[in-house]
Amino acid sequence: MNSAELAPKTETMLLNLGPQHPSTHGVLRVWLELDGEVIVNADPDIGYLHRGIEKMCENRTYHQCLPLTDRLDYLAGTANNFGFVLAVEKLLGVEVPKRAQYIRVLLAELTRISSHLFWLGTHGHDLGAMTPLFFAFREREELMDLFEMVWGGRLFPCYLRIGGLAADLPEGFIEKAWDFVKKFPERIKDYHNLLTKNRIWIARTKDVGVMTKEQALDWGWSGPMARGSGVDWDIRRDTPYSSYEDFDFKIPLGSNGDTYDRYLVRMEEMVQSNLICRQVLEKMPSGDINVNDPTVILPPKEKVYNTIEGLINHFLLIEKGITPPKGEVYHAIEAPKGELGFFIISDGSPHPFRVKVRGPSFINLSPTKVLAKGRLLSDLIALIGTMDIVLADVDR
Amino acid sequence: MGIEEHLGNNVLTTTLEKVVDWARKNSLWPATFGLACCAIEMIVTAANRWDIARFGMEAFRASPRQADLMIVAGTVTKKMVPAVVRIYEQMTEPKWVIAMGACASSGGIFRSYAVVQGIDLYLPVDVYVPGCPPRPEGLLYGILKLHEKILKDPFLTARYRDQIAPARRKHGHGH
Repeated sequence: MNSAELAPKTETMLLNLGPQHPSTHGVLRVWLELDGEVIVNADPDIGYLHRGIEKMCENRTYHQCLPLTDRLDYLAGTANNFGFVLAVEKLLGVEVPKRAQYIRVLLAELTRISSHLFWLGTHGHDLGAMTPLFFAFREREELMDLFEMVWGGRLFPCYLRIGGLAADLPEGFIEKAWDFVKKFPERIKDYHNLLTKNRIWIARTKDVGVMTKEQALDWGWSGPMARGSGVDWDIRRDTPYSSYEDFDFKIPLGSNGDTYDRYLVRMEEMVQSNLICRQVLEKMPSGDINVNDPTVILPPKEKVYNTIEGLINHFLLIEKGITPPKGEVYHAIEAPKGELGFFIISDGSPHPFRVKVRGPSFINLSPTKVLAKGRLLSDLIALIGTMDIVLADVDR
Repeated sequence: MGIEEHLGNNVLTTTLEKVVDWARKNSLWPATFGLACCAIEMIVTAANRWDIARFGMEAFRASPRQADLMIVAGTVTKKMVPAVVRIYEQMTEPKWVIAMGACASSGGIFRSYAVVQGIDLYLPVDVYVPGCPPRPEGLLYGILKLHEKILKDPFLTARYRDQIAPARRKHGHGH
């Protein structure tokens, strides 16, 4: 044998991660080219949960689109509804009363906490820490009970309506919300005790998936992902909607742009969300929850039953739906995962001509290839966890 | 009377079929397999509040070869269906399928070009759990229904009736 034959033969291996894999957070598939345990190339293959939501919106009335938006980012139903109704309201040129705005903010912030808790539990679980899952789910279930009081279900609210809310808050909700808001800061300390100074956690997350500020902007990152890299941008503060300007809160920023910083940013965001909830509950105004516009909001029941005008109004709104004027509108909100925008084109008919969703998960997922290159296979799991993707939001 | 008279309370007599069904029912291992929103409720069912371990089912297996229950939790799209069927085929017999939620049962609200209108077009479904998504209690109820079904599974009797007895008759053993 000559030396050439004895030399080790090296070739890269192709590995298929997903679409069924416990750590890909759904049906993400990643084509991996591996040199030993080192990733040479990682290509995400998406579309396994493409349901055609944007297309389905086109032959529904505006209100019928709401249940579809629930199922975009299914960990944060209210945030999706919020973006959609605000976009349609912008198109209609109406503004909901203060009380409705405050209730929307309260529910959106509670939803943010619930979404971040789910992220914390599963991210910890992926990286080998079992207890955070149980701790986080304990609080998440309390939130689910709160949500159930308001909209009767657990995951999918459909509680916000174009021009207001489906109903006012139920009796006893404010007290229960106060209970949660008061005890939650103590609970966050539990999570910090488990992870923040945990050596294994630091080893698995520090300097993994480093994204510089410039790169984050180039890739169009938003939300906690961008803030982990030090991009000082939060839509709630920079272009306030729905009375966010009434509340004081800080925007946590990371410095290294690694997985550990993004973990700290999200943890602090939960504290800040809790602070916003506290302020909303303190300042909650009384009054109407719906705009006073018969072309948008259903008339009260006594009018429907007793007057012919009320009946006709009700019938038209149900049968035909609301008809915004011709035009295009884009409205973005700060969803738990980043900028969630709705671009709606109206041709003046009761059905939207086009609904385009700018989902945060899709854009946060896109630099996987860059971040995974040269890292170990196990780092990819940390990376997918920190991106906090929801595949329904990626594929739509 | 029967044999029990001589054995007292020390020995239980039953049929092999019942023992096997009972064992299968009490150690049903689901595959770790989530598709969409329902997977979140499935995870919650497995977590602390609902604690699926009460039914001997906390061992979610990431490998289909070690699992005998497939909970189709969520929307199955046309792109995903070959993978779902492949995973089902990789599971060893005996195996059961629960269609969790409206999407897996019938396509749900997604009557679109991309979504399979019910996984029962491709897999033999044992239990359908309605809801969008079903509450964890709903999933647990579906699982208990499946347990009942497994307890009554006549896999040996049916085999005797359909294969063994006809063969014996054919060879003149009578019966």
